[in-house]
Amino acid sequence: MRLTSLALTAALALTLTACGGGDDEVAAPSVDKAAEFAAGSRMAEIKTAGKLTVGTKFDQPLFGLKGLSGKPEGFDVEIAKIIGAKLGVEADKIEFVESVSKNREPFLQQKRVDMVIATYTINDKRDKVVDFAGPYFQAGQDILVAKGNPAGITGPESLKGKRTCSVSGSTPAETMVTKYGLVEGGDLKTVDVYTKCRDALKNGQFDAVTTDNVILAGYVDAAPDDFELIGKPFTEEPYGIGIPEGQEDFCDFINTTLTESVEDGSYEKAFKATAGTVIETVPTLPAPRGCDK
Amino acid sequence: MDAVLSNLDVFVRGFTTTVTLTLAAVVGALVLGTVIAAMRVSPVPPLRWAGATYVQLVRNTPLTVVFFLVVFGLPEVDITLSFFVSAVLALSLYTAAFVAEAVRSGVSSVATGQAEASRAVGMTFGQTLRLVVLPQAFANIVPPLASVFIALLKNTSIASAFFVFEGVQSMNQLINANGDAVLAILAAAAVAYLGLALLASALFGLLERAVTVSR
Repeated sequence: MRLTSLALTAALALTLTACGGGDDEVAAPSVDKAAEFAAGSRMAEIKTAGKLTVGTKFDQPLFGLKGLSGKPEGFDVEIAKIIGAKLGVEADKIEFVESVSKNREPFLQQKRVDMVIATYTINDKRDKVVDFAGPYFQAGQDILVAKGNPAGITGPESLKGKRTCSVSGSTPAETMVTKYGLVEGGDLKTVDVYTKCRDALKNGQFDAVTTDNVILAGYVDAAPDDFELIGKPFTEEPYGIGIPEGQEDFCDFINTTLTESVEDGSYEKAFKATAGTVIETVPTLPAPRGCDK
Repeated sequence: MDAVLSNLDVFVRGFTTTVTLTLAAVVGALVLGTVIAAMRVSPVPPLRWAGATYVQLVRNTPLTVVFFLVVFGLPEVDITLSFFVSAVLALSLYTAAFVAEAVRSGVSSVATGQAEASRAVGMTFGQTLRLVVLPQAFANIVPPLASVFIALLKNTSIASAFFVFEGVQSMNQLINANGDAVLAILAAAAVAYLGLALLASALFGLLERAVTVSR
Protein backbone atom coordinates (compact mmCIF):
# COMPACT_ATOMS: atom_id res chain seq x y z
CA MET A 1 0.00 0.00 0.00
CA ARG A 2 2.70 2.44 0.98
CA LEU A 3 4.79 1.65 -2.05
CA THR A 4 1.88 2.05 -4.44
CA SER A 5 0.91 5.31 -2.86
CA LEU A 6 4.42 6.65 -2.91
CA ALA A 7 4.72 5.69 -6.55
CA LEU A 8 1.49 7.53 -7.19
CA THR A 9 2.74 10.58 -5.35
CA ALA A 10 5.83 10.47 -7.48
CA ALA A 11 3.80 10.07 -10.63
CA LEU A 12 1.58 12.98 -9.69
CA ALA A 13 4.55 15.09 -8.74
CA LEU A 14 6.11 14.34 -12.08
CA THR A 15 2.96 15.27 -13.91
CA LEU A 16 2.79 18.50 -11.95
CA THR A 17 6.38 19.46 -12.56
CA ALA A 18 6.44 18.29 -16.14
CA CYS A 19 5.07 21.60 -17.34
CA GLY A 20 8.19 23.41 -16.16
CA GLY A 21 10.70 21.93 -18.58
CA GLY A 22 10.25 22.09 -22.30
CA ASP A 23 13.90 22.76 -23.08
CA ASP A 24 15.10 21.77 -26.49
CA GLU A 25 17.39 18.82 -26.64
CA VAL A 26 20.99 19.88 -26.18
CA ALA A 27 23.47 18.80 -28.83
CA ALA A 28 25.50 16.02 -27.26
CA PRO A 29 29.20 16.74 -26.79
CA SER A 30 31.39 14.96 -29.31
CA VAL A 31 32.44 11.54 -28.13
CA ASP A 32 36.15 10.91 -27.74
CA LYS A 33 36.33 7.47 -29.35
CA ALA A 34 40.11 7.45 -29.33
CA ALA A 35 40.42 8.05 -25.60
CA GLU A 36 43.04 5.77 -24.06
CA PHE A 37 43.46 4.89 -20.43
CA ALA A 38 45.97 2.96 -18.39
CA ALA A 39 45.05 -0.71 -18.23
CA GLY A 40 43.22 -1.58 -15.01
CA SER A 41 42.07 1.97 -14.37
CA ARG A 42 38.39 2.67 -13.66
CA MET A 43 38.19 4.68 -16.88
CA ALA A 44 39.48 1.77 -18.95
CA GLU A 45 36.85 -0.48 -17.36
CA ILE A 46 34.06 1.90 -18.28
CA LYS A 47 35.36 2.43 -21.81
CA THR A 48 35.54 -1.32 -22.34
CA ALA A 49 32.03 -1.79 -20.97
CA GLY A 50 30.86 0.95 -23.33
CA LYS A 51 28.20 2.19 -20.96
CA LEU A 52 27.83 4.41 -17.96
CA THR A 53 25.19 4.29 -15.23
CA VAL A 54 24.43 7.63 -13.63
CA GLY A 55 22.19 8.33 -10.66
CA THR A 56 20.33 11.60 -11.04
CA LYS A 57 17.13 13.25 -9.86
CA PHE A 58 14.01 13.04 -12.00
CA ASP A 59 12.08 15.79 -10.25
CA GLN A 60 14.51 18.68 -10.00
CA PRO A 61 13.72 21.45 -12.49
CA LEU A 62 16.77 22.75 -14.39
CA PHE A 63 19.09 19.99 -13.08
CA GLY A 64 17.45 16.62 -13.53
CA LEU A 65 13.82 16.59 -14.56
CA LYS A 66 12.15 13.73 -16.39
CA GLY A 67 9.34 15.18 -18.42
CA LEU A 68 7.05 13.85 -21.09
CA SER A 69 9.97 12.99 -23.36
CA GLY A 70 10.81 10.19 -20.92
CA LYS A 71 14.45 11.27 -20.75
CA PRO A 72 15.79 13.31 -17.87
CA GLU A 73 16.88 16.82 -18.79
CA GLY A 74 18.97 19.38 -16.99
CA PHE A 75 22.42 20.56 -16.05
CA ASP A 76 23.27 17.38 -14.10
CA VAL A 77 22.34 15.29 -17.12
CA GLU A 78 24.53 17.42 -19.40
CA ILE A 79 27.50 17.11 -17.03
CA ALA A 80 27.05 13.32 -17.18
CA LYS A 81 27.13 13.49 -20.98
CA ILE A 82 30.33 15.58 -20.93
CA ILE A 83 32.05 13.03 -18.69
CA GLY A 84 30.66 10.13 -20.75
CA ALA A 85 31.96 11.70 -23.95
CA LYS A 86 35.49 11.91 -22.54
CA LEU A 87 35.25 8.23 -21.63
CA GLY A 88 34.20 7.29 -25.13
CA VAL A 89 30.61 6.53 -24.09
CA GLU A 90 27.84 7.75 -26.39
CA ALA A 91 25.06 9.85 -24.84
CA ASP A 92 22.47 7.12 -25.56
CA LYS A 93 24.65 4.55 -23.79
CA ILE A 94 24.37 6.49 -20.54
CA GLU A 95 21.69 4.98 -18.37
CA PHE A 96 20.05 7.38 -15.93
CA VAL A 97 18.71 5.88 -12.72
CA GLU A 98 16.44 7.91 -10.48
CA SER A 99 18.28 8.63 -7.24
CA VAL A 100 16.19 10.47 -4.71
CA SER A 101 18.13 12.02 -1.87
CA LYS A 102 17.99 9.05 0.45
CA ASN A 103 19.12 6.54 -2.21
CA ARG A 104 22.30 8.29 -3.21
CA GLU A 105 24.74 6.81 -0.71
CA PRO A 106 23.34 3.24 -0.86
CA PHE A 107 23.45 3.25 -4.68
CA LEU A 108 27.13 4.22 -4.62
CA GLN A 109 28.06 1.87 -1.80
CA GLN A 110 26.42 -1.05 -3.61
CA LYS A 111 27.94 0.12 -6.93
CA ARG A 112 24.54 0.12 -8.60
CA VAL A 113 25.59 3.32 -10.33
CA ASP A 114 28.98 4.47 -11.57
CA MET A 115 28.40 7.97 -10.32
CA VAL A 116 25.73 10.21 -8.82
CA ILE A 117 25.12 13.67 -10.24
CA ALA A 118 21.98 14.78 -8.42
CA THR A 119 22.24 18.28 -6.89
CA TYR A 120 24.39 16.42 -4.38
CA THR A 121 25.81 18.80 -1.79
CA ILE A 122 29.27 17.77 -0.58
CA ASN A 123 29.43 17.38 3.20
CA ASP A 124 31.62 15.58 5.72
CA LYS A 125 29.28 12.78 6.73
CA ARG A 126 28.57 11.85 3.13
CA ASP A 127 32.28 12.07 2.37
CA LYS A 128 32.85 9.31 4.94
CA VAL A 129 31.01 6.70 2.88
CA VAL A 130 31.39 7.95 -0.70
CA ASP A 131 33.97 10.04 -2.58
CA PHE A 132 33.27 13.33 -4.29
CA ALA A 133 34.71 14.75 -7.48
CA GLY A 134 34.07 18.38 -8.29
CA PRO A 135 32.32 20.53 -7.18
CA TYR A 136 30.92 21.44 -10.57
CA PHE A 137 28.46 24.05 -9.33
CA GLN A 138 27.99 26.30 -6.34
CA ALA A 139 24.44 26.97 -5.24
CA GLY A 140 23.25 28.90 -2.21
CA GLN A 141 20.12 28.72 -0.10
CA ASP A 142 17.61 31.52 -0.66
CA ILE A 143 13.98 32.36 0.21
CA LEU A 144 10.93 32.54 -2.04
CA VAL A 145 7.94 34.64 -0.95
CA ALA A 146 4.62 35.66 -2.47
CA LYS A 147 4.70 38.73 -4.72
CA GLY A 148 4.92 41.87 -2.61
CA ASN A 149 6.35 39.92 0.35
CA PRO A 150 3.19 40.22 2.51
CA ALA A 151 4.84 38.67 5.58
CA GLY A 152 7.74 41.14 5.45
CA ILE A 153 10.51 38.57 5.30
CA THR A 154 14.02 39.97 5.07
CA GLY A 155 16.27 36.95 5.57
CA PRO A 156 16.61 33.58 7.28
CA GLU A 157 16.59 35.20 10.74
CA SER A 158 13.09 36.58 10.16
CA LEU A 159 11.61 33.15 9.40
CA LYS A 160 11.32 32.08 13.05
CA GLY A 161 7.65 31.90 14.01
CA LYS A 162 6.56 32.36 10.40
CA ARG A 163 5.24 29.54 8.23
CA THR A 164 8.08 28.14 6.14
CA CYS A 165 8.13 25.21 3.73
CA SER A 166 10.96 23.04 2.46
CA VAL A 167 11.64 19.44 1.44
CA SER A 168 11.76 16.66 3.99
CA GLY A 169 15.28 15.36 4.60
CA SER A 170 17.00 18.07 2.58
CA THR A 171 20.03 20.16 3.47
CA PRO A 172 18.06 23.46 3.35
CA ALA A 173 15.55 22.09 5.89
CA GLU A 174 18.42 20.92 8.07
CA THR A 175 20.03 24.37 7.92
CA MET A 176 16.82 26.07 9.05
CA VAL A 177 16.63 23.73 12.04
CA THR A 178 20.27 23.76 13.15
CA LYS A 179 21.29 27.32 12.28
CA TYR A 180 18.12 29.37 12.54
CA GLY A 181 16.24 27.49 15.27
CA LEU A 182 13.12 26.55 13.32
CA VAL A 183 11.25 23.45 14.48
CA GLU A 184 10.42 20.85 11.87
CA GLY A 185 6.71 20.13 12.22
CA GLY A 186 6.29 23.49 13.97
CA ASP A 187 7.15 26.69 12.10
CA LEU A 188 8.90 24.64 9.41
CA LYS A 189 6.75 22.21 7.46
CA THR A 190 8.29 19.80 5.00
CA VAL A 191 7.05 17.81 2.05
CA ASP A 192 8.46 15.47 -0.61
CA VAL A 193 8.78 17.84 -3.58
CA TYR A 194 9.25 21.61 -3.86
CA THR A 195 6.35 22.03 -6.27
CA LYS A 196 3.96 21.34 -3.37
CA CYS A 197 5.65 24.05 -1.30
CA ARG A 198 5.27 26.43 -4.22
CA ASP A 199 1.58 25.63 -4.71
CA ALA A 200 0.84 25.99 -1.01
CA LEU A 201 2.74 29.31 -0.93
CA LYS A 202 0.53 30.51 -3.76
CA ASN A 203 -2.56 29.39 -1.79
CA GLY A 204 -1.40 31.46 1.17
CA GLN A 205 -0.75 28.38 3.34
CA PHE A 206 2.88 29.49 3.80
CA ASP A 207 4.82 32.72 4.19
CA ALA A 208 8.03 31.46 2.63
CA VAL A 209 9.68 28.57 0.79
CA THR A 210 13.38 27.99 1.23
CA THR A 211 15.89 25.93 -0.73
CA ASP A 212 18.76 26.40 -3.18
CA ASN A 213 18.44 29.60 -5.20
CA VAL A 214 18.61 27.80 -8.56
CA ILE A 215 15.43 25.87 -7.87
CA LEU A 216 13.51 28.91 -6.59
CA ALA A 217 14.66 31.01 -9.52
CA GLY A 218 12.86 28.58 -11.81
CA TYR A 219 9.55 29.22 -10.04
CA VAL A 220 9.90 33.00 -10.18
CA ASP A 221 10.74 32.76 -13.85
CA ALA A 222 7.62 30.66 -14.55
CA ALA A 223 5.26 32.89 -12.52
CA PRO A 224 6.75 36.36 -11.98
CA ASP A 225 3.32 37.73 -10.97
CA ASP A 226 2.98 35.29 -8.08
CA PHE A 227 6.41 35.02 -6.52
CA GLU A 228 9.57 36.92 -5.75
CA LEU A 229 12.98 35.90 -4.51
CA ILE A 230 14.62 37.55 -1.49
CA GLY A 231 17.85 37.20 -3.47
CA LYS A 232 20.39 37.04 -0.64
CA PRO A 233 21.87 33.52 -0.59
CA PHE A 234 22.96 32.64 2.93
CA THR A 235 24.68 29.27 2.54
CA GLU A 236 27.17 27.68 0.18
CA GLU A 237 26.05 24.42 -1.38
CA PRO A 238 28.82 22.93 -3.49
CA TYR A 239 27.31 20.31 -5.79
CA GLY A 240 29.70 17.36 -6.19
CA ILE A 241 29.81 14.22 -8.28
CA GLY A 242 29.51 11.20 -6.02
CA ILE A 243 31.53 8.09 -6.86
CA PRO A 244 32.18 4.89 -4.89
CA GLU A 245 35.07 4.97 -2.43
CA GLY A 246 38.54 3.99 -3.56
CA GLN A 247 38.44 5.24 -7.13
CA GLU A 248 40.93 8.11 -6.91
CA ASP A 249 41.93 7.70 -10.58
CA PHE A 250 38.30 8.21 -11.65
CA CYS A 251 37.94 11.19 -9.32
CA ASP A 252 41.04 12.87 -10.75
CA PHE A 253 39.82 12.11 -14.26
CA ILE A 254 36.44 13.78 -13.57
CA ASN A 255 38.11 16.87 -12.12
CA THR A 256 40.35 17.16 -15.20
CA THR A 257 37.33 16.67 -17.47
CA LEU A 258 35.46 19.46 -15.66
CA THR A 259 38.39 21.87 -16.07
CA GLU A 260 38.67 20.96 -19.75
CA SER A 261 34.94 21.41 -20.29
CA VAL A 262 35.28 25.01 -19.17
CA GLU A 263 38.20 25.56 -21.53
CA ASP A 264 36.46 24.05 -24.57
CA GLY A 265 33.16 25.81 -23.82
CA SER A 266 31.03 22.69 -23.32
CA TYR A 267 30.42 23.60 -19.66
CA GLU A 268 29.01 26.98 -20.65
CA LYS A 269 26.97 25.43 -23.45
CA ALA A 270 25.49 22.83 -21.09
CA PHE A 271 24.62 25.50 -18.52
CA LYS A 272 23.05 27.91 -20.99
CA ALA A 273 20.80 25.19 -22.39
CA THR A 274 19.51 24.16 -18.97
CA ALA A 275 19.80 26.20 -15.76
CA GLY A 276 20.97 29.17 -17.82
CA THR A 277 17.46 29.62 -19.16
CA VAL A 278 16.67 31.09 -15.74
CA ILE A 279 20.02 32.22 -14.33
CA GLU A 280 21.67 34.68 -16.63
CA THR A 281 25.29 34.56 -15.50
CA VAL A 282 27.20 31.40 -16.31
CA PRO A 283 28.90 30.37 -13.06
CA THR A 284 32.65 29.96 -12.82
CA LEU A 285 33.66 26.41 -12.01
CA PRO A 286 34.44 26.18 -8.27
CA ALA A 287 38.01 25.14 -7.45
CA PRO A 288 38.25 21.35 -7.19
CA ARG A 289 38.51 20.19 -3.60
CA GLY A 290 40.95 17.40 -4.44
CA CYS A 291 40.32 13.69 -4.24
CA ASP A 292 40.57 11.48 -1.14
CA LYS A 293 43.78 9.55 -1.03
CA MET B 1 23.08 2.22 15.06
CA ASP B 2 24.61 5.30 16.70
CA ALA B 3 22.82 7.55 14.24
CA VAL B 4 19.51 6.04 15.37
CA LEU B 5 20.16 5.95 19.10
CA SER B 6 21.64 9.44 19.37
CA ASN B 7 18.67 10.85 17.43
CA LEU B 8 16.00 8.88 19.19
CA ASP B 9 14.20 12.09 20.18
CA VAL B 10 13.60 12.98 16.52
CA PHE B 11 12.24 9.50 15.83
CA VAL B 12 10.03 9.57 18.91
CA ARG B 13 8.63 12.97 17.97
CA GLY B 14 7.87 11.77 14.44
CA PHE B 15 6.26 8.51 15.44
CA THR B 16 4.26 10.20 18.21
CA THR B 17 2.60 12.20 15.46
CA THR B 18 2.05 8.97 13.52
CA VAL B 19 0.18 7.61 16.55
CA THR B 20 -1.91 10.74 17.21
CA LEU B 21 -2.72 10.96 13.51
CA THR B 22 -3.87 7.33 13.56
CA LEU B 23 -5.95 7.68 16.72
CA ALA B 24 -7.66 10.86 15.50
CA ALA B 25 -8.44 9.24 12.15
CA VAL B 26 -9.72 6.06 13.85
CA VAL B 27 -12.30 8.15 15.72
CA GLY B 28 -13.23 10.11 12.61
CA ALA B 29 -13.48 7.02 10.40
CA LEU B 30 -15.46 5.05 12.97
CA VAL B 31 -18.07 7.77 13.40
CA LEU B 32 -18.39 8.62 9.71
CA GLY B 33 -18.19 4.96 8.65
CA THR B 34 -20.97 3.93 11.01
CA VAL B 35 -23.20 6.74 9.76
CA ILE B 36 -22.59 5.69 6.16
CA ALA B 37 -23.26 2.04 6.98
CA ALA B 38 -26.52 3.07 8.67
CA MET B 39 -27.43 4.99 5.52
CA ARG B 40 -26.70 1.94 3.40
CA VAL B 41 -29.04 -0.30 5.40
CA SER B 42 -31.74 2.33 6.01
CA PRO B 43 -35.27 1.98 4.58
CA VAL B 44 -34.97 5.37 2.79
CA PRO B 45 -33.77 4.82 -0.83
CA PRO B 46 -32.03 8.22 -1.34
CA LEU B 47 -29.99 7.63 1.81
CA ARG B 48 -29.03 4.16 0.57
CA TRP B 49 -27.96 5.61 -2.78
CA ALA B 50 -25.92 8.36 -1.14
CA GLY B 51 -24.17 5.87 1.12
CA ALA B 52 -23.38 3.51 -1.75
CA THR B 53 -22.09 6.38 -3.90
CA TYR B 54 -19.80 7.58 -1.11
CA VAL B 55 -18.31 4.12 -0.62
CA GLN B 56 -17.74 3.48 -4.32
CA LEU B 57 -16.34 6.95 -4.94
CA VAL B 58 -13.92 7.07 -2.01
CA ARG B 59 -12.91 3.43 -1.80
CA ASN B 60 -11.90 3.43 -5.46
CA THR B 61 -9.83 6.62 -5.28
CA PRO B 62 -6.15 6.54 -4.31
CA LEU B 63 -5.53 8.03 -0.88
CA THR B 64 -2.95 10.37 -2.39
CA VAL B 65 -5.66 11.94 -4.55
CA VAL B 66 -7.92 12.39 -1.50
CA PHE B 67 -4.99 14.14 0.22
CA PHE B 68 -4.44 16.38 -2.79
CA LEU B 69 -8.11 17.40 -2.81
CA VAL B 70 -8.19 18.18 0.91
CA VAL B 71 -4.80 19.92 1.16
CA PHE B 72 -4.78 21.82 -2.15
CA GLY B 73 -8.45 21.73 -3.19
CA LEU B 74 -10.18 23.11 -0.08
CA PRO B 75 -8.07 26.34 0.02
CA GLU B 76 -9.37 27.05 -3.50
CA VAL B 77 -12.86 27.38 -1.99
CA ASP B 78 -11.47 29.39 0.94
CA ILE B 79 -11.41 26.57 3.48
CA THR B 80 -7.91 26.57 4.90
CA LEU B 81 -7.24 24.01 7.62
CA SER B 82 -4.00 23.30 9.41
CA PHE B 83 -1.97 20.56 7.74
CA PHE B 84 -2.47 18.17 10.65
CA VAL B 85 -6.25 18.64 10.55
CA SER B 86 -6.19 18.24 6.76
CA ALA B 87 -4.35 14.94 7.15
CA VAL B 88 -6.81 13.68 9.78
CA LEU B 89 -9.69 14.69 7.51
CA ALA B 90 -8.25 12.99 4.42
CA LEU B 91 -7.44 9.78 6.34
CA SER B 92 -10.87 9.76 8.03
CA LEU B 93 -12.79 10.31 4.78
CA TYR B 94 -10.83 7.55 3.08
CA THR B 95 -10.89 4.97 5.88
CA ALA B 96 -14.60 5.63 6.58
CA ALA B 97 -15.49 3.90 3.30
CA PHE B 98 -13.73 0.72 4.44
CA VAL B 99 -15.20 0.96 7.95
CA ALA B 100 -18.68 1.39 6.45
CA GLU B 101 -18.35 -1.83 4.46
CA ALA B 102 -17.09 -3.73 7.51
CA VAL B 103 -19.98 -2.41 9.63
CA ARG B 104 -22.46 -3.27 6.88
CA SER B 105 -21.18 -6.84 6.77
CA GLY B 106 -21.57 -6.95 10.55
CA VAL B 107 -25.17 -5.73 10.29
CA SER B 108 -25.92 -8.41 7.71
CA SER B 109 -24.51 -11.02 10.07
CA VAL B 110 -27.14 -10.24 12.69
CA ALA B 111 -30.10 -12.55 12.16
CA THR B 112 -33.09 -10.85 10.50
CA GLY B 113 -35.32 -12.18 13.26
CA GLN B 114 -33.62 -9.77 15.69
CA ALA B 115 -34.64 -6.71 13.69
CA GLU B 116 -38.11 -8.10 13.05
CA ALA B 117 -38.60 -8.78 16.76
CA SER B 118 -37.50 -5.20 17.61
CA ARG B 119 -39.95 -3.80 15.10
CA ALA B 120 -42.66 -6.05 16.52
CA VAL B 121 -42.20 -4.54 19.98
CA GLY B 122 -42.55 -1.07 18.46
CA MET B 123 -38.95 0.14 18.11
CA THR B 124 -38.12 2.68 15.41
CA PHE B 125 -35.42 2.01 12.78
CA GLY B 126 -32.96 4.13 14.78
CA GLN B 127 -33.68 2.31 18.03
CA THR B 128 -33.45 -1.09 16.36
CA LEU B 129 -30.06 -0.21 14.92
CA ARG B 130 -28.68 1.47 18.06
CA LEU B 131 -29.93 -0.90 20.73
CA VAL B 132 -30.16 -4.28 19.03
CA VAL B 133 -28.30 -4.62 15.73
CA LEU B 134 -25.14 -2.47 16.01
CA PRO B 135 -23.92 -3.81 19.39
CA GLN B 136 -24.02 -7.34 17.97
CA ALA B 137 -22.63 -6.19 14.63
CA PHE B 138 -19.57 -4.52 16.22
CA ALA B 139 -18.74 -7.66 18.17
CA ASN B 140 -18.63 -9.56 14.88
CA ILE B 141 -16.46 -7.12 12.96
CA VAL B 142 -13.52 -6.62 15.29
CA PRO B 143 -11.16 -8.76 13.13
CA PRO B 144 -11.87 -6.96 9.81
CA LEU B 145 -11.79 -3.58 11.58
CA ALA B 146 -8.36 -4.46 12.97
CA SER B 147 -7.10 -4.93 9.40
CA VAL B 148 -8.63 -1.65 8.30
CA PHE B 149 -7.04 0.28 11.16
CA ILE B 150 -3.63 -1.32 10.76
CA ALA B 151 -3.76 -0.28 7.10
CA LEU B 152 -4.69 3.19 8.37
CA LEU B 153 -1.62 3.24 10.63
CA LYS B 154 0.61 2.60 7.63
CA ASN B 155 -1.38 4.95 5.41
CA THR B 156 -0.49 7.85 7.71
CA SER B 157 2.91 7.78 6.01
CA ILE B 158 1.27 9.50 3.03
CA ALA B 159 0.87 12.56 5.26
CA SER B 160 4.66 12.89 5.05
CA ALA B 161 4.11 14.05 1.47
CA PHE B 162 1.63 16.69 2.70
CA PHE B 163 3.53 18.81 5.22
CA VAL B 164 3.02 16.67 8.33
CA PHE B 165 6.11 15.80 10.36
CA GLU B 166 5.42 12.14 11.18
CA GLY B 167 7.48 8.96 11.20
CA VAL B 168 8.60 8.99 7.58
CA GLN B 169 9.60 12.63 7.72
CA SER B 170 11.63 12.10 10.87
CA MET B 171 13.33 9.26 8.98
CA ASN B 172 14.05 11.53 6.01
CA GLN B 173 15.47 14.21 8.27
CA LEU B 174 17.84 11.74 9.95
CA ILE B 175 18.93 10.21 6.64
CA ASN B 176 19.89 13.57 5.26
CA ALA B 177 21.89 14.43 8.35
CA ASN B 178 23.55 11.00 8.50
CA GLY B 179 24.55 9.96 4.99
CA ASP B 180 26.78 7.28 6.53
CA ALA B 181 23.94 5.35 8.21
CA VAL B 182 21.11 5.29 5.68
CA LEU B 183 20.26 1.60 5.94
CA ALA B 184 20.27 1.58 9.74
CA ILE B 185 17.80 4.47 9.78
CA LEU B 186 15.54 2.84 7.18
CA ALA B 187 15.59 -0.35 9.23
CA ALA B 188 14.76 1.56 12.42
CA ALA B 189 11.74 3.15 10.73
CA ALA B 190 10.55 -0.26 9.52
CA VAL B 191 10.91 -1.65 13.03
CA ALA B 192 8.94 1.29 14.45
CA TYR B 193 6.03 0.66 12.06
CA LEU B 194 6.17 -3.06 12.74
CA GLY B 195 6.18 -2.47 16.50
CA LEU B 196 3.20 -0.11 16.32
CA ALA B 197 1.25 -2.48 14.07
CA LEU B 198 1.94 -5.45 16.37
CA LEU B 199 0.84 -3.37 19.34
CA ALA B 200 -2.39 -2.50 17.52
CA SER B 201 -2.93 -6.18 16.67
CA ALA B 202 -2.46 -7.12 20.31
CA LEU B 203 -4.94 -4.46 21.47
CA PHE B 204 -7.51 -5.65 18.95
CA GLY B 205 -6.90 -9.21 20.13
CA LEU B 206 -7.82 -8.16 23.66
CA LEU B 207 -10.84 -6.26 22.40
CA GLU B 208 -11.95 -9.27 20.41
CA ARG B 209 -11.86 -11.50 23.47
CA ALA B 210 -13.73 -8.90 25.53
CA VAL B 211 -16.64 -8.43 23.11
CA THR B 212 -17.08 -11.91 21.69
CA VAL B 213 -20.51 -13.20 22.64
CA SER B 214 -20.26 -16.78 23.77
CA ARG B 215 -22.86 -18.78 21.97
